[in-house]
Amino acid sequence: MRQPAQPEPGASPSIWSRLSTITDYFAWPLRTSHYLELVNPLWTTHKMQARVVKVWDETKDARTLTLRPGLNWRGHRAGQHVRVGIPANGKHYTRTYTISSPPEREDDCFTITVKAIDKGTISHHIVRNIKVGDYLPIGLPQGDFYLPDAQPIQPLFITAGSGITPAFSMINSLIAQGRLPDTCHIHYAPHEFDVVLGKELKAMDRYNDRYHLNLIYSREGDDPSGNRFSKAQLDALCPDWKDRDVYACGPPSLLEAIEQCMEEAGCSRQLHVERFRAPFTEIPDDAVGGRVRFAQSDVEADGDSDTPLLKVAEEAGMNPPHGCRMGICHTCNTTLVSGCVRDLRTGEVLNEAGSIVQTCICAAAGDCELDL
Amino acid sequence: MKTHQYPVDLTDEQIEEFGRELEAIRNEVFDSRGDRDRAYILKVIKTQRTMAVSSRFVIYLSLFFIPAWGHALATWPVALTIMGLGVFALGIAKILENMEIAHNVLHAQWDWMKDPEIQSNTWEWDTMSPSDRWMHSHNVVHHTWTNVLEKDLDVGYGIMRVTPMQKWKPAFLLQPIYFILLMLLFEEGVAVHEQAIDDHLKGKNKLKDFTPLLKRIGYKVWRQVAKDYIAWPLAAALVAIPISFFVPFSPLLVFGMVAGANAVANLIRNIWAFTIIFCGHFPAGAHNFTLEQVEGETRGRWYLRQMLGSCNIEGSKLFHILSGNLSHQIEHHLFPDMCSNRYKEVAPRVRALADRYGIPYNSASLFRQFGTTWLNNLRLAFPGGGEPYEPRREEASQS
Repeated sequence: MRQPAQPEPGASPSIWSRLSTITDYFAWPLRTSHYLELVNPLWTTHKMQARVVKVWDETKDARTLTLRPGLNWRGHRAGQHVRVGIPANGKHYTRTYTISSPPEREDDCFTITVKAIDKGTISHHIVRNIKVGDYLPIGLPQGDFYLPDAQPIQPLFITAGSGITPAFSMINSLIAQGRLPDTCHIHYAPHEFDVVLGKELKAMDRYNDRYHLNLIYSREGDDPSGNRFSKAQLDALCPDWKDRDVYACGPPSLLEAIEQCMEEAGCSRQLHVERFRAPFTEIPDDAVGGRVRFAQSDVEADGDSDTPLLKVAEEAGMNPPHGCRMGICHTCNTTLVSGCVRDLRTGEVLNEAGSIVQTCICAAAGDCELDL
Repeated sequence: MKTHQYPVDLTDEQIEEFGRELEAIRNEVFDSRGDRDRAYILKVIKTQRTMAVSSRFVIYLSLFFIPAWGHALATWPVALTIMGLGVFALGIAKILENMEIAHNVLHAQWDWMKDPEIQSNTWEWDTMSPSDRWMHSHNVVHHTWTNVLEKDLDVGYGIMRVTPMQKWKPAFLLQPIYFILLMLLFEEGVAVHEQAIDDHLKGKNKLKDFTPLLKRIGYKVWRQVAKDYIAWPLAAALVAIPISFFVPFSPLLVFGMVAGANAVANLIRNIWAFTIIFCGHFPAGAHNFTLEQVEGETRGRWYLRQMLGSCNIEGSKLFHILSGNLSHQIEHHLFPDMCSNRYKEVAPRVRALADRYGIPYNSASLFRQFGTTWLNNLRLAFPGGGEPYEPRREEASQS
């Protein structure tokens, strides 16, 4: 058999990595990649970045960014998401966004569509401030919300708001492959002008016989509450829903209603759900300590609002790293997995997952989980 | 209650109030960190990396001007001038990396950005000491126990007598020589600056007790040597081998020149770092403390001790950057995790606060600070030189 003209995907990095093992001796303690970054940030191997090549305002508060990923990028499957690092006010935030473009796109770029949500500093920052030419750190595509590769299915997509993005990517991918099955799509948006990717959805509906789009505006009409998801509505819009594979993505209330409906009909197995996890924990009003969980050690203990988490850990029999015990040396730094902690020096409350916590001067503010 | 042990006339309440005022300055600056600070550190890092890599190619460039090439400009003065420029730039790049970037990143000054690339617990620096080991001996031991005898290993680094409170012994007669040696070999000195090694020299532990530690330091030293004295010179020598058939020079000479250039760059960095760092706690007027003095120390008293034990150097903006802002040693010791570009703006406020409370604020030119450090070193090589440790202890117990 003849060798394929294109090298195997795994082959070229190994030559590169062998070469860079040698060149890394010149770059130590950095790596060759840190110096390549000076020439072109897309050539790095120590981290992956993407260049913003286009920004497109979908609605007044949603924007699609077209990103050109670095050389280490691996193609995604329609419906998967990607972690994107965004610098805002000097800080680096990580957010997860669904890739809204199909993998069949030819220019090696991908798109994410971001909606500015209430109180979402970062989504606002993306929608307002990110410009063409910016470089954003990205991760590799991940997630298990995608269509099966080969076996035929009859999908029903139920989406709301920015939950449209994975469905959009999946439908586009099926169209691009020329194997779009009979597809039903129910999408909820507050108003007609609010529909993220609305123009594209309507165009797909017009040009594809097998794609049936139902747009529901939950804040329009005389009785908007009647526009909410219900079994009766489902029966009306897609009578054969029990025979279909349901792919749902949207706010928790919608997903809950769909889950309940499918369970009652005995069709839970056909339901595939994608949840957007909130990166913030609500700050409890009566934050007077709580249950502290140390994830790596699998230890739980009660911590009150004045006892440093380091002490809580030590009293629970652990010996986590520590130094000065007064917040200056940062030996005790660890990561907040979830929940809230309070800095005892400033009273500042940390409630964002992934925040760095100095255990010697932070106490629990409600339940929390630490990466210790 | 008056505090007789410190050269200040303050009550306990006043000391705590002083601490609270410093805390307020700290909180104000910490709350205002943002894009400006991020832009600063990214710019310094980019400048440093560009400078580091281009200076090495300038050193390579100078090899095309050694007389053997026979062209009009091929003379030793031209070759050595270009090489000198490259060496100087490489020295500056190493200074920037060690002092303004790595020292401050390892102090967690930039952790607030949450940038995974600029984090204290993942950063490795361009010197022989492994960064995590240094973070322990520096951030934890030195910054917590600043200038406390028997606790802070940086008081004399175990080989010198920097305060009359240290008991004299004949070995200190040689300390002017240690002073010069440590200046020239500062990188190596920092790498072996470990409590375990110090203890071993005093016979307190066995070699096998800290073999893993030695292995870690050894690996870091090997990679540093491999870069400056093997990889870069060898690459030039390998290219020189085929050329040497046409141009009458030896690849060995090429190897030696590049290795020598790198050695001089390291030397420039060593001397500069030593000079700045020795001005931090050893000039005339810096105070040292006993264990009794810090027993049950409050936050206010901790601040007071940091201020009494540290010394600033005055200079231009460029000087401050090249010193890694350690010229603002007092501010650095009060707020070790404040990003370094902010020290210059808090310095006048800290100084005003010190004046108001009548606390000495030791700030002077590099000439004065380093000069008195050197004179101290010479004086303290001999017995006496000031108030020793023992009587102070008795005095404290009598009162």
